[in-house]
Order: sequence, then C-alpha cells, then structure tokens
Amino acid sequence: MSILDSKIPKGPLADKWTKHKNDINLVNPANKRNIDVIMVGTGLAGGSAAATLAELGYNVKTFCYQDSPRRAHSIAAQGGINAAKNYQGDGDSTYRLFYDTIKGGDYRSREANVYRLAEVSANIIDQCVAQGVPFAREYGGMLDNRSFGGVLVSRTFYAKGQTGQQLLLGAYAAMNRQINRGKITPYNRHEMLDLVIVDGKARGIIARDLVTGKIERHSAHAVVIASGGYGNVFFLSTNAMGSNVTASWKIHKRGAYFANPCYTQIHPTCIPVSGDHQSKLTLMSESLRNDGRIWVPKKKEDAEAIRNGKKKPTDLSAEERDYYLERRYPSFGNLVPRDVASRAAKERCDAGYGVNKTGEAVYLDFASAIERYGKEQAAIHGNHNPSDAEIKKLGTQVIESKYGNLFQMYEKIVDENPYETPMMIYPAVHYTMGGVWVDYNLQSTIPGCYVTGEANFSDHGANRLGASALMQGLADGYFVLPYTIGDYLSKDIKTGKISTETKEFDEAESRVRELLNKLVNNNGTHSVDYFHKKLGKIMWDKCGMARNAEDLKSAMSEIRALREEFWKDVKVPGGMDEMNSELEKATRVADFLELGELFAKDALHRNESCGGHFREEYQTEEGEALRDDENFMYVAAWEYTGDPGNEVLHKEELDYENIEVKSRSYK
Amino acid sequence: MKLTLKIWRQKNANTKGELKTYPIDGIEGDMSFLEMLDVLNEGLINKGEEPVVFDHDCREGICGSCSLQINGEPHGPDRLITTCQLHMRMFKDGDTIVIEPFRATAFPVIKDLVVDRSSFDRIQQAGGFISVNTSGNTIDANAIPVNKHDADESFNAATCIGCGACVAACKNASAMLFTSAKVSQFALLPQGKTEATERVLNMVAQMDKEGFGNCSNTGACEIECPKGISLENIARMNREYLGASIKG
Ligand SMILES: Cc1cc2nc3c(=O)[nH]c(=O)nc-3n(C[C@H](O)[C@H](O)[C@H](O)COP(=O)(O)OP(=O)(O)OC[C@H]3O[C@@H](n4cnc5c(N)ncnc54)[C@H](O)[C@@H]3O)c2cc1C
Ligand code: SF4
Ligand code: FES
Repeated sequence: MSILDSKIPKGPLADKWTKHKNDINLVNPANKRNIDVIMVGTGLAGGSAAATLAELGYNVKTFCYQDSPRRAHSIAAQGGINAAKNYQGDGDSTYRLFYDTIKGGDYRSREANVYRLAEVSANIIDQCVAQGVPFAREYGGMLDNRSFGGVLVSRTFYAKGQTGQQLLLGAYAAMNRQINRGKITPYNRHEMLDLVIVDGKARGIIARDLVTGKIERHSAHAVVIASGGYGNVFFLSTNAMGSNVTASWKIHKRGAYFANPCYTQIHPTCIPVSGDHQSKLTLMSESLRNDGRIWVPKKKEDAEAIRNGKKKPTDLSAEERDYYLERRYPSFGNLVPRDVASRAAKERCDAGYGVNKTGEAVYLDFASAIERYGKEQAAIHGNHNPSDAEIKKLGTQVIESKYGNLFQMYEKIVDENPYETPMMIYPAVHYTMGGVWVDYNLQSTIPGCYVTGEANFSDHGANRLGASALMQGLADGYFVLPYTIGDYLSKDIKTGKISTETKEFDEAESRVRELLNKLVNNNGTHSVDYFHKKLGKIMWDKCGMARNAEDLKSAMSEIRALREEFWKDVKVPGGMDEMNSELEKATRVADFLELGELFAKDALHRNESCGGHFREEYQTEEGEALRDDENFMYVAAWEYTGDPGNEVLHKEELDYENIEVKSRSYK
Repeated sequence: MKLTLKIWRQKNANTKGELKTYPIDGIEGDMSFLEMLDVLNEGLINKGEEPVVFDHDCREGICGSCSLQINGEPHGPDRLITTCQLHMRMFKDGDTIVIEPFRATAFPVIKDLVVDRSSFDRIQQAGGFISVNTSGNTIDANAIPVNKHDADESFNAATCIGCGACVAACKNASAMLFTSAKVSQFALLPQGKTEATERVLNMVAQMDKEGFGNCSNTGACEIECPKGISLENIARMNREYLGASIKG
C-alpha cells in the first residue's frame, strides 16, 4: 500500500495558497504560445479554465459531446453559488465557509483544499459580475443572497432558479472571446475515448467526431479532464442524459487513481418517479427549503387516505401534519444538509407515511411562506388589514419572483399547481463527491493529466453542501488550475509540438477502434438502455441511500454478471462511421458497468457511515450516521489492475490540524 | 394511447430525407414527448431497425438541445416550454403527430431530427461577451450597483437557451430574437456599455453572414420561444444598432 502524496504546501493554513502561488514556476508569455493544452469538458470547470488558459496565452483545444459548450450540464444548476462575501453582515468569513464545508463533508475532505476554495470564493462573484452575469439584486442595487442547507448564514448568490445557466453562459462568453481571438479551438460533438501517455506523461487524447464518426488524434503538453460527475451509473438521476464517466474512467484505466467512488449525493428534493418509462429525474432546487416546509401526515390512516385519493393534503390541519425535519432537527429544521434530509424522507416513507401512489414521496409546502410574504408585502404597501385573498395574491407573487421557473417546471411534469397544493418530492441521485484522485495542484497520479470540477474527488468529502459545486468548478477553472498547471508546463517550454504519429498514438487509436468495432458488430438481442436500466436498479437497490455488506457483495457479483451479459448480448444498430447515438450510449454504459462494481467494492470496504455513505450496520440509536475516525479517516484511492472488482487500495490519511473533528450534529 | 407518428428520416446531410410513418401504442399521458420517442426507439432497435436520432440532453428545459418541429410548431403545441418538457397528456388517443427537425438554411440537417446550430455559436463569438480578463483582479462585485429593474430585465434576456425555435418559427428564418437577447443583456448593464457599439455591429454582421433572414415583425418568434424572450429585445437591439451605425 503506497502513501499518496497530496503535495499540500507547508505553513499555516491561511498562508498556504498565497505562498504556493509565489513559489511555483511561471511560463513567460512568449513561451506560452508554444504550449498546447487539451480541455475535455466545457462546463463550469472546463469552460472557465479554457478561457483563462487561453487568455494567459496557451493554445487550448476544447472538447464536449454536446453541439455547443453552452449546453454542458452545469447549465442545469438551479439554486446558487456560495461565496464568503459577508454582504449580509451575518458573521460570514472565509473561515466559516471553510468550517461549514469540512463539517458538511463529514470530516472526509482535505483541509488545505477546502480552505483555498473558501479563500477564492469571493473572487468568483467579482469575476462573474464583471462578465455581466445578472445575479439577483435588492432594490438598493446590491447583490442579494439566500441560504442553503447545513449553514446558518446567507452566503448564496443566485439568479432566480437559473444560477448555473447564468454562470455557464458567463464562462461560455469568456470562451467565445478567446475563440474569436483564435486562442481556443472548439471541438464540439466530440467524445474523448482514450488518453495517450508518452514517456509517462499525458500527451494527448483519442476522440470520436460524433457527426462523422471519424476517430481523431489530438496532442498537447497537458490534458485536463473536466467531464462532470458519474451519477448516471444509477440510470435515473438529475444529471443530463449524456452525463458519463467515460473520460474519467479511461484515464483511470491508464493509471489515474479513482477516489471514494461510493460517495454519492442523493438529493432530498426531486420530483418522484412516475413510472417505468422514466428517463431522468428532475431536481427541485434546495433553495426551495428556504421557504418550503417538509411534512408527511402524522397518522398512517391519513397517509393511506391521501394515497388512495380519498383525502387531499390541504384537508389536514397543522396538528395532523408531521414536520419531521423541524421535529428532529430543531436548530437547522428544513435546512439540514442533504444526506440528513434524504435519509429522513426515506425513513418516513419506509415507515408507511409516503404520500403518492408508490408511497415514495413527501410534501414540500409553501402555504406558510405565501402567507408570511403576503402579510409582509401588504404592510409594505400600506394595507394593514388585508383579506386572505389579498395576502395569498401578494405572497404568491413573492414566491413566483423567487422560484417561478421551478414551479413552472413542476407543474409541467406533475400536472398539479404547486401554488395551490404542496409539491411532492423524493430523494434522487444528484451529485458524485467521488472521482479521480488529485493532489493539491489538481493533478492526477498521471503526470500532466489534471482533473477539475465534479470529475475530481473534490473538496466535498463525503457530502457536498448546496451551492458549493458551482463554487468549486469556477474556483478550479478561473483561479487554481491556471497557476498550478503553469508550474508543470514550465518544464515543457523546449519540448516543441507533440507528434501524433507515434506508436503511443497508434496503440491508443487501435484500442478505441477495437472497442467500437466490437460494439457495432456484436449482433446481440438487447438495447443499451436495457442494460443501463438493469445496472441502475442494482445500484439504487443495493448501493443507494442505505447500504449493507450483504447487499454490496451481491451488487458486486450481479454487476459483474451483467457486464458479461452486456458484452455478449448488447445490440448496437448502425455503423461507426456515422452519427450513431446508440454507439455513444454503448461506450458510456460499458464504462458504467465497470465503475459500478468498484463503487460497490468501495462502499463495502468502508465499514462506517459518513455523509452520503450510509451503512445500516453503522448508525447511532437515533439512526444518525456513525463514523469511525480511528479506522477510516482517509481518502480511498483505487488503482486499476485490469479488473474493477480487484483494484488495489491506496490511502491518503486526512489530517485535521485546524478543525477539531467532532460528530456532526444539526439538532 | 395509440398514435400515428410521421417522422422525418434522413441518413445524413448529403442525402434526401422523407417522412416515414410509425404507429405506436401504450403511450401514457405522464410520459414526456421524448420518453415517447424512447419507447419508439426501443421498439425499432428490438426489430433491428435504426432508431430515430434527435438532440436532447438535460431533459428539463434548460440546455436548449432538444429541437423538434411538432405538427408544424417548434417545441409543439404547449407554450413556454421546450420539446423535452412537453408531455403526452397534450395529445389524445388516435392523434397523428408529424415530427420534423427545425428548418432553416442556417440550420442544415445532420441526421434525422438533428440539425447543425453552430451558426448560433458563431454569432456569440462575434461579440457576445464582455472583454474582461478572468485573472481575478476585478473590482468588488458590489462596487457596481445595478438598478433592480435593469438587473431583472437583463436576466430575463439572458435566459435564452439558444434552442433556435425563434428561427424555426419565423417565415424568414430570422435570428433577431436570439441575437437581440444577448445584445440586450449587456446593453442593460453598466458593465456592458464600453463595448456596446462594436458588439451590436459585429453580432448583426455575423448573423447576416450566416444566412439568417430579415425580421419583418410578425412576432412568431416570441410566441414559440420557450423562455418567453420578449420582442422588446429586438426593439432595443434596433435602437442600439442605429445608434452604433451613426457612431460607427
Ligand atoms: C439539476 C442540477 C442542479 C444543480 N444545482 C446546483 C446548484 O444550485 N449549486 C451548485 O453549486 N451546484 C449545483 N449542481 C451541481 C453542479 O451543477 C455540477 O456539479 C457542476 O455544474 C459540474 O460542473 P463540471 O464543469 O464539473 O461538469 P459539467 O457541467 O457536467 O460538464 C461536463 C463537460 O464534459 C463534457 N464531457 C463529458 N464527457 C465527455 C467525453 N467523454 N468527451 C468529451 N467531453 C465530455 C461535456 O460535454 C461537458 O462539456 C446541480 C446539479 C444538477 C444536476
Ligand atoms: S430566443 Fe427563445 S426561441 Fe430563440 S433561441 Fe433563445 S430561447 Fe430559443
Ligand atoms: S433536452 Fe435540454 S432543453 Fe430539452
């Protein structure tokens, strides 16, 4: 078992990043022109990094599978982005954001990284405003904030329910400026299918043009992977249909360690599954928990009557409702972190209090907020004796201005008006804290191969707090990677162009061709989706919100068997020299079928509960997660050995020098 | 529900396409339109036929990938939603549904229902940005107060998802609504003023170069736009353009 070197700089926590920036090597502007960087992914993490590196003078090639960088799944982020600006004067600071994030992650993340994240967070907001990102503002013209789960301050900046869209369009605009200057060459509708390593260093990729099917070689002095998360291993998730693990998994197979694959975030507020045809799940932003109250009926008979359509939620009085989060966690109430809220919903539904046909839904109710805002608005407008109808109208307007697009989305999907009747919600797979292991410089265990954004194992430990993924993606891309990659590239100023006519490129290309050939010529009997759905079911049932050793063992063997069946029996119509959406899906699902097994293995080896990883064997009497700091305060980084069920574990021990490790309490 | 689908099939950009008829059964109202197509495709694959290819990704109305002309309307019969948010409860048993790609010279068909909208990207590359470096040396965000009304209007314009429905809805295949949304977003903010002149001139020039048609104020774009981007943006862009032409 090797010890991983996280390359955390020496010195006091608050000085590490500044000192590191001063110590690392720079590349002079004239030399940057001779250096090429490949960026796989143009979401917040990749788009921001591509723009910044191009602006610094490097030649950047970007890759994304959509037809435009503007469509990366970062676009779907709704609720907001954190930053320790303390504009509200409510006691926020870099330290507090750092502390909240470490605690939120259940003491399974790296102190130095998280501190750096908190430190650069304020810069992100300045940067985005300068780019013209239209954040929400107060009447005085200053930026507005809201709260997210797991914290006691208001530090979340937002643009209605479309924060990710606005931030991504900001990064996309910054990219466009560099494309216009000729410093970025975009390769849209391209999928990376392998990494090329020359003399131990990442020097290029093999990509497939998704329009023509052409297999292409691209070389560079460094390769950055910013390809997003792997939640789609569960088939159903809040991720986009095309979100995948392929880029990360390919570099894993070439030598990059994969860290904490089992740390998955199951988000408490998503629209429940409606039937077998379901292709994806839709998030209802956590920001709704600022104003929505979560409840189920107190009595089982009422829950049953609601399920049978004999009662409506609005028929139940306040006394007949169980606001279980407010009851169990009085100090954080509806704003407990996601893992806690999700488990609490599952607990109530498993106990028979679920409120939809399938019994897997709880209510998120805005009636109290509408009333509160309505009264407030009436008073502001000088109406001190408003009628109920006036209160409702004014309150509804406030809610609409805050969450209008989310309410519309809900109504279109569920066909119910959430201003009139509470929303129904249930937890769904949303985010993956695990990912490719990287050191403080965001470099993987392959020299010259960097990983940013959700694709890396990131700064969120075992559970991510809301509004912190956007923060991390942009911190990595605008402010961290551009420095750290320069240190590496400073040794490459004399290298010259990397040739693609080498045996390393030949080998990588033939591996890709072999894979694609095999898939299109397989002549099996079942579609790719058939296998993906089966995998998703195993993952959800056995590696989902609550896990146990027995289930995880059987998940490993079931996934292995399914993988074998896939390779024998999958059917991919069409050829490889044309646009072929089934072939695209097939390459992605093939990788999910390998990742799934490692996921279960990782969950099985971690004999504790922490954050989003809940092992039934390890819980307190009240059903809270029970960590084992003595034995598991480490990052599990897995090394590929040719078989996902037999990967080798490497441990990065986590040292907490600045924060006292405690058991997490939101009571 | 039992339906008859008439779907545009085209092998690639260089071959001619045609409408093909596919009967389909067992469709439920809770399914989204794209889930209905998933069901069709699963059936086609099982029969050994090639599935219908269409663009889609987020399936929640925000990425702007999905782009179907349904019974002659971009994104189908419902209002203020994208194709992926359209649900089958909008149709009834026995309906015939014609599904085509978005049509415009500047959006050539790639395959079946997939079109090439890279012309939109090029319009943005011509000027849809504020030239600020991403180095982190910017001033404090609250040093530039922005009137709430302007900020909200700017945001509304910025919610364009770049889907192209406005172009597909327009008899001239004009990209005015799309282009004006970006011009407006920046025109309404103090940060955007410095480059306002070049921005509008360059973006409009690129729009013309891509082969989009002229705007004749029919307003079809606004009606079909899934994000409710307002015609006021076109008026604002025209003012900006006029001002810039006089200056420039
Ligand atoms: C519905 C939803 C709401 C969310 N809301 C919030 C929120 O309010 N606040 C918050 O902080 N976080 C939120 N998150 C999380 C956050 O949005 C994501 O973690 C973050 O945006 C990921 O950014 P990224 O740049 O790492 O990846 P992505 O934005 O997913 O980008 C991935 C990129 O990689 C490309 N790519 C992938 N695979 C390949 C390949 N093989 N070859 C070539 N290119 C490839 C894609 O084309 C894309 O460009 C939300 C997530 C979801 C799903
Ligand atoms: S203006 Fe509306 S219809 Fe046109 S691209 Fe934008 S969102 Fe689509
Ligand atoms: S698939 Fe993203 S908007 Fe329809």
